[in-house]
Amino acid sequence: MAADSRITNALFSAIDELNDIRPQDQQLEKSLDTVLFGQDGKLDSIGLVSFIVAAEQKIAQETGRSITLADERAMSQKNSPFRTVGTLADYCSILLAEGE
Amino acid sequence: MDKKRILITGTRKGIGAFLASYYADRGFQVIGCSRGEPEWEVEGYRHFSLDVSDERRVVEMFAVIREEYGGLDILVNNAGVASMNHILLTPCTTVRKILDTNVTGTFLFCREAAKLMQRGEFGRIVNFATVATPLKLEGEAIYAASKAAVVSLTEVLARELAPFGITVNAVGPTPVKTDLIRSVPKEKMDALLERQAIRRFGQMEDISNVIDFFIKPESNFITGQVIYLGGV
Repeated sequence: MAADSRITNALFSAIDELNDIRPQDQQLEKSLDTVLFGQDGKLDSIGLVSFIVAAEQKIAQETGRSITLADERAMSQKNSPFRTVGTLADYCSILLAEGE
Repeated sequence: MDKKRILITGTRKGIGAFLASYYADRGFQVIGCSRGEPEWEVEGYRHFSLDVSDERRVVEMFAVIREEYGGLDILVNNAGVASMNHILLTPCTTVRKILDTNVTGTFLFCREAAKLMQRGEFGRIVNFATVATPLKLEGEAIYAASKAAVVSLTEVLARELAPFGITVNAVGPTPVKTDLIRSVPKEKMDALLERQAIRRFGQMEDISNVIDFFIKPESNFITGQVIYLGGV
């Protein structure tokens, strides 16, 4: 699924926000392929929480819609939506489409 | 130094109204909320009318705070309701109302405030417990249980939010002469005061004194604690 550019912008903007408070050697790359969490992931659990909070806020700003990324459904997915920026963008697209 | 931004819930009257005025007088930027408009005015105070358990309204309010204040430093979860009744005479609607305001409201405000605070890697959250919980007051089953939940919430959130530089503590007031205890019979009140180490009603300043301690920058190693007043 091609990610909506508004979602990509929001997630990249969330990465900018996170990078502001992360050390130089732990900066996240603004790419859909960036691995967020899990094996080879750039974020620990607290970092992921901060990223999800920032992502929800940026998506609300970008789309005017409020979505909850970390609910029971996200946690029960066979493949975690939080694996990469790309998988998260796809999951955001699904949530936004469902709310229309 | 920039003025600290403090959000206090339940500011229409009682302890919340006192705290809003107390912190405004001390140069804080004070934001408050309650279901109705307050009957008082304080310079530098901004009010939101909402039910603290209404998720949509609460989230909207925090979006305004983020936009207009750029963040939040301190949250005081003062809003609370009580209902004195024997369990055999307590309707479920009363139980839901108390849990909604005291537990869901406290949870919602902690969650949304922490989202704002974690960006600045600093935050102070002060919740409201009550001596009714450790004293196991008869007739206060649901109120005491709801505040026991607030204590648990405080203790667990202290751990979850510590990595973000946010402390979470609670103050447990004794009875203070406000509307909350207006309907409690005098003999009940006297019996309750007898169980305190220091046998008097609490004053508003007793509560602000504990909050002052929790929110000090130097209190960054104090979290997950409940301070009960009166030696309970």
